[in-house]
Amino acid sequence: MAEENSIFVHDLCKHFDGFALNHVSFRVPKGRIVGFIGENGAGKSTTINLILNELKKDGGEIQLFGRENTASSVKENIGVVFDECNFHDVFTALDIEKVLSGVYKSWDGNLYRQYLEKFQIPLKKPIGAFSKGMKMKLSIICAMAHKPKLLILDEATTGLDPVVRDEILDLFLEFIQDEDCSIFFSSHITSDIQKIADYVILIHQGKIVFEEQKDDLINHYGIAKCGKEKFASISPEDYIVHREGSLSIECLVRDKEAMRRKYADIVIDHATLEDIMLFYIKGGATCGD
Amino acid sequence: MEIIISNSSDKPIYEQICIQIKSLIMDGTLAVGEALPSMRALAKDLHLSVITVQRAYEDLTRDGFIETVSGKGSFVAAQNREFIQEEQLRIAEALLQQAAEIGRTHGISYERLSSILQLFYEE
Repeated sequence: MAEENSIFVHDLCKHFDGFALNHVSFRVPKGRIVGFIGENGAGKSTTINLILNELKKDGGEIQLFGRENTASSVKENIGVVFDECNFHDVFTALDIEKVLSGVYKSWDGNLYRQYLEKFQIPLKKPIGAFSKGMKMKLSIICAMAHKPKLLILDEATTGLDPVVRDEILDLFLEFIQDEDCSIFFSSHITSDIQKIADYVILIHQGKIVFEEQKDDLINHYGIAKCGKEKFASISPEDYIVHREGSLSIECLVRDKEAMRRKYADIVIDHATLEDIMLFYIKGGATCGD
Repeated sequence: MEIIISNSSDKPIYEQICIQIKSLIMDGTLAVGEALPSMRALAKDLHLSVITVQRAYEDLTRDGFIETVSGKGSFVAAQNREFIQEEQLRIAEALLQQAAEIGRTHGISYERLSSILQLFYEE
């Protein structure tokens, strides 16, 4: 059964001086959390701005809920959070509600208050006195309080301490309790994505390197470690990328079980999402497959 | 109901969920007809992705431990606990038989084998 898509991007291109987004295609299925990873400058924010129609695309297709992203009606269904809090320092959470409830038809005041209470955000304190974590939680709560079907977050957990990040992951999981809702979030903190994402997309130099189910990545990928002599006996088809150190060679492998069966005396470790990302980016792998 | 997930285990997380729910059903902690938490709720509690939990529930359904009624959720299936135990016993018997044969042909004493079994069982 084909899953319905909240975001569908096909063959998206955008050219700048010195940087281009090259034929980017991926999808965010309904009810899922999709993590978008890549180093700074890989094209994550450009892609998100194109999806939000803040930038004009040069080519390709972007659909939100099955419609062109330029359609006026789609915005009401999207909640967006950027890495910086855009509320003025003198405002309080109460003031923000007054403004946003006027902007969004579907604003839910009860839900807003519930979230504020749950995440201990004071109602009457000026935002200027908030910590970075509190500001970010407030931004996310605001994005959720008009009950969107899709949350798009750009580096929303960056620069926050692990306790706050964990609370934010809670908010995310709370949000997708409704199976019509989905989340697309970019981050270079791969541990957050490793915990809760259903799918992971890696972008590098404006190209999609892979789009995979997170569980498949974590359960199957591994890192094989061996000496130079042993490495010579490994067939190049059996690994994706290798990295040479002065004492040993490490290879990223797609199927650690098969690797263990084939080469008995090699150390094979689990690969974290961070390992996988580093190997692809620093190992100079060829993109796409 | 308690589920404990280890991130350093060799077993994939969906398998850990699957095994633990099976044993909760087999030891009667989860009674026949009892509702399991929804996939999304369990994912939230355990801080996992929904697909991971979904995979575990699919395997449990396939093995006949739970039934999923669309729109209502998942429930412990009315299977015969004795039947499953009987079946597993047969698998264990076959493996023990193999161990006994190895022992006999290579002069490993019965006492030694049985103490090993005891050790594993209590692990």
